Amino acid sequence: MDAKLQITVNERPWTVTSSPDTPLLYVLTNEMLLQGPRFGCGLGQCGSCSVLLNGVEIRSCIMPVSAAQGKSVTTLEGLAALYGKQKQLAKAPALHPVQQALIDEQAVQCGYCYNGMIIKASELLSKNSQPTEAQIRTAMNGHLCRCGTYPRLMKAIQRASRMVSEVHK
Amino acid sequence: MSENPSLTAFPRRDLLKAGGALIVGCVLARSSTAQLLAVSGDAAAGAPDPKSLDTWIAIHSDNTATIFFGFVELGQGNSTALLQIAAEELDLDMLQVKSVPIETGVTPNQGGTVASGSIDRGGPQIRAAAAEARFTLLALASKHLQAPVDRLTISKGIVSVKGGAKESVTYGELIGKVRFDVPVTGTAPLKPFTEYKVVGARLQRRDIPDKVTGKWTFVQHVRLPGMLHGRVVRPRGQGAYGSGARVVSIDRDSIRNIPNVELVRLGDFIGVTAPIEWDAIRAAQELKVIWDETPTLTGNARLYDQMRASETIDEVITENPAIQAALGNATHVVSQTYRGPYQSHAPFGPNCAVAQVTKDSALILCSSQSVYDHRATLASLLGMPVAKIRVQYHEGSGTYGHSCYDDVSQAAAIMSQKVGKPVRVQFMRWDEHGWDNYGPAHLAEVKAGVDSNGKIVAYEYQAWQHTWSITETSQQLTGAPPRETSGGRSQNLSPLNSGSMYDIQNVRRVNHRVPGINGFLKGSYLRSPLDISISFASEQTIDELAYVAEMDPYEFRRHNMTDLRWLEVLNAVARAAHWTPAKAASKLSNSKIVTGRGIAVGTHLTSYAAAVAEIEVNKETGLIIAKHMYGAIDAGQAVNPEFVENQINGMLIQATSRILKEEVTFSRTRVTSLDWDSYPILRFAEHPEVTPIVVQRLDQRSTGAGEELLGPAAAAIANAFFDATGVRLRQYPLTPARVLAAMRS
Repeated sequence: MDAKLQITVNERPWTVTSSPDTPLLYVLTNEMLLQGPRFGCGLGQCGSCSVLLNGVEIRSCIMPVSAAQGKSVTTLEGLAALYGKQKQLAKAPALHPVQQALIDEQAVQCGYCYNGMIIKASELLSKNSQPTEAQIRTAMNGHLCRCGTYPRLMKAIQRASRMVSEVHK
Repeated sequence: MSENPSLTAFPRRDLLKAGGALIVGCVLARSSTAQLLAVSGDAAAGAPDPKSLDTWIAIHSDNTATIFFGFVELGQGNSTALLQIAAEELDLDMLQVKSVPIETGVTPNQGGTVASGSIDRGGPQIRAAAAEARFTLLALASKHLQAPVDRLTISKGIVSVKGGAKESVTYGELIGKVRFDVPVTGTAPLKPFTEYKVVGARLQRRDIPDKVTGKWTFVQHVRLPGMLHGRVVRPRGQGAYGSGARVVSIDRDSIRNIPNVELVRLGDFIGVTAPIEWDAIRAAQELKVIWDETPTLTGNARLYDQMRASETIDEVITENPAIQAALGNATHVVSQTYRGPYQSHAPFGPNCAVAQVTKDSALILCSSQSVYDHRATLASLLGMPVAKIRVQYHEGSGTYGHSCYDDVSQAAAIMSQKVGKPVRVQFMRWDEHGWDNYGPAHLAEVKAGVDSNGKIVAYEYQAWQHTWSITETSQQLTGAPPRETSGGRSQNLSPLNSGSMYDIQNVRRVNHRVPGINGFLKGSYLRSPLDISISFASEQTIDELAYVAEMDPYEFRRHNMTDLRWLEVLNAVARAAHWTPAKAASKLSNSKIVTGRGIAVGTHLTSYAAAVAEIEVNKETGLIIAKHMYGAIDAGQAVNPEFVENQINGMLIQATSRILKEEVTFSRTRVTSLDWDSYPILRFAEHPEVTPIVVQRLDQRSTGAGEELLGPAAAAIANAFFDATGVRLRQYPLTPARVLAAMRS
C-alpha cells in the first residue's frame, strides 16, 4: 500500500490501516472501536451505519474509507460536540438535543436503529430547526425501525426541534 | 481456563460479594477474556437451584441488592420492570437494585424469554424471592434491634422501630457479608397491592441513555482478544426445510487472492474466517461454490394449494355435536377461505455471536433467548459435555421471536472449534432474511352463522399450517437430521384467539397439521405466532356476521360477549377512538380516496386486547394508508404502564407493517426476499398516529403484554378496508395489487 490514508473522526485524526476499498464502517468499528455506527444491511438500505461526512448523512457500509480522506466524519459519539460547535456554545452539551428528547420521550425499544435515526434527525435539524411533520416524515424515510418506534421518534424530533430553536433565542 | 484462577475458585455468591462491580462491568466490549471467564466460578455447573433464596437475591454490604433473573432484555423494558417488582417487595429504592447479565450457571433457568412471559411467569418468582428475603431480614432485624417484627418498619433497606426509637439497622449490616442460606418457601407474606409505590409507577427504562449515546454494547460490538471474523457461505435464500443446501463443488482458488482466509467445511456447512472483517466478507462473497439446484419448493403461487392437498395430521380441538344443525338453522351463514403468508422476523441488525471453543471448554457470547436450551444443543454440536459450555447473553437487535440467533451462534462455535481461535460470526442481511425460521403460512376455512336476534349461533374454524423446525440450519448442514415439533401451543389453531371471546354455543375447531419437512420453509415462532392470520380470518368473519345482521360491528361484538374483561377492553378502545355506531360500509363514496374504520378483539395466550383502525384507500392505486391506530390491552397488573404503552405502540406499527406489506417470497428453488427492497416493511413516512390504552388492574395477576395486539390490530385494518370500500380481502398482505384485484372482481 502507498502512503497511509488519513481521516478525521470526531475531530480526531486517524491513520487508517485497512485497505482503501474497505467500507468506512469497518474502520470505525474495528480500528477505532466506535459503537455508534453499526452493521445493518451492508446495502445502504436501512441507515443503521449512518455517519455525517462534512455534516451530511451518508451510509458508511457502502462508502470506501478512501472517499472519507480529507473530510470530517462525525459519528454518534461526536454528535454533541459537533452540535456545541455549530451553535457556538461555550461548552458542548453532554447530549445532542435529539438524544435528550429520545430519553425524555422514552422512544427506544431495542435501540439498534437509533444510531441512524439520531444522525439523520440531527442532520435535518441542523438544516431546518423547525421542520413540519411532513418534512420530518420525508427526511426520516430512509431509516427503518423494526420495533415500530416511529410515533415516539416523531414526537422526540419535534421536541428536539423546540430545544434547538430555544438555543437560538 | 481463566488467566486468573484465584477468582474462578470462588463459589459464585462469594465472588459476587467480593466484586459486584466486576460482574456489571463484564459486558463491556473490550473486556478481557480473563474478566469474561471470571464472571462466574461455577458457571459450568447446572442452573442455580430455584429453591434457594441465594439464587435470586444477593444483599451487599453497601445496602444494595443484586437480583438474578433469567429473562433477557429485548428492548421491551423487562429488565427494569422485574427490578421494580423486586425493589417494591424488598422496600428498596430503585437505585439500590441491579441485575446481572443472563448466563448459564449464574442466572436461574426461568425458561426462555418467550410468549411474553417475563412478567407473567417471571414476576411471581422474583416477587416470592424478594418477599422471602424481606421476611428473613425482618427476623434478623428483630433480633438485632430487640423489638418484635410487628413493631419494625423498613424504608430503603433501613429497618427501624416504629414510634421514636432511634436505633436502626440496614440490610447490608444484617446480611451484607454472608449468604441467606434459606429456601424460598413461597409462604412469606406479600405486600398488598394497595401499598405499592414502585410497581405501577411510570419509571424510565435503564437501558435507554446508553442506547442513544452509543455506549450500549450490543452483541454485534462484543470482541475477544485474538478473535477472527467469520462469515457463513450459503446459497442466497433457503430451499425446503430438510433439503439443506447440497454442495456440488467448491473452488478454493477463487479466494486465494484474499490474505489469511481459512475455509471451514463440515459436510455442507461452509464458513470462512479472516483476521480482517472486510476480508471475511469478501471471501464469503467471492468463494465459488456450486450448489445443487434441484427444486424443492412450490413457489408462492401454489403454496396454499400445496398445504390444502397435504396429508395432514388432524385434530378436532373443539366440537359441539349440534354445530351442523345450528349452521342449518341460522338466519345468515358466512363461509370463506383466508390466507396468511410466511413472514420474517427480519431483525434490524442481523444476528451475531462470538465463540471461543477450546479442546475442553466453550464460551459462547450470543443473543439466545434461552441460554440453557441453547447450551444443550451446543453440547451435541460440539461433542462436549454441557458442564464445559458457558453461554452468556448479550442483547442484539430486536428479534420478535426465534430469528437466527441460535443459528449464528452455532456457526461461530463450529468455526471456532475448527480454527482453534475465537471467532465472531456476523450474519449478512441475506443470511438473516434468507435463512430465517419464518412464521409459518396459514390457511383457514371459516363458517359461522347468526340468528335473527344478532346472536352468533355457530362458528367453525378449520386451520392448516405446519409446525416449527427444531434443527438449526448450521447443525443441519453439518449432517444432523431435520426435525420439527409435533404441534402444541402457538403452533396449532388457538382456541383463545378463534372466537372464544364470544358466547357461542356451537363451535367446531379443527387443526390440520401439515408435515413441514421437505416441501415447505423453515418455521418457528414469530411474535404472536399465527395470531395475525387467525384474527384476520376470525374477526373478519365476525364483522361479516355483524354486516348481515345489519348491526354496528362494535355493538355486534358487545351483543355477543359477557366476559367483563373483554367488554371493558373493547369499550376502552372504542371510547378512545370516539366510535359512533354505524353499520359497516354504510358511507361508501365514489371518491378516488375513501376512508374507513374497523374494530377487532384478540389475544395471544393471556391478556385481552382490542384495536380500532382508521385508514385511507386510494381506489386508483390500490394503496392503503393506516392513518390512526388505537390499541387497548388489559394485561392485569401493569408493573410499568409506560412500558406497556411502548409495547402497544410497537405492536400497532408492526401489525400495520405485517398486514399491509410483509410476505416472504420464494421460487421453486429458494427464498427470494433477501433484503429490505424485496421484503419491505412499514417506513417512517407511512406510519400511522397511535393511541395506546392500558387497562390497569393492580389487583390482578400480571399477564403478557408484548404480543396480544398484533392480531386485533391487523384485523381492524382489514375490517376498515371493508368499511371504506364494501369489499373484503381474504389474503394478506393487503398490497396494492391485491386491493386492485379485489376491487375489480
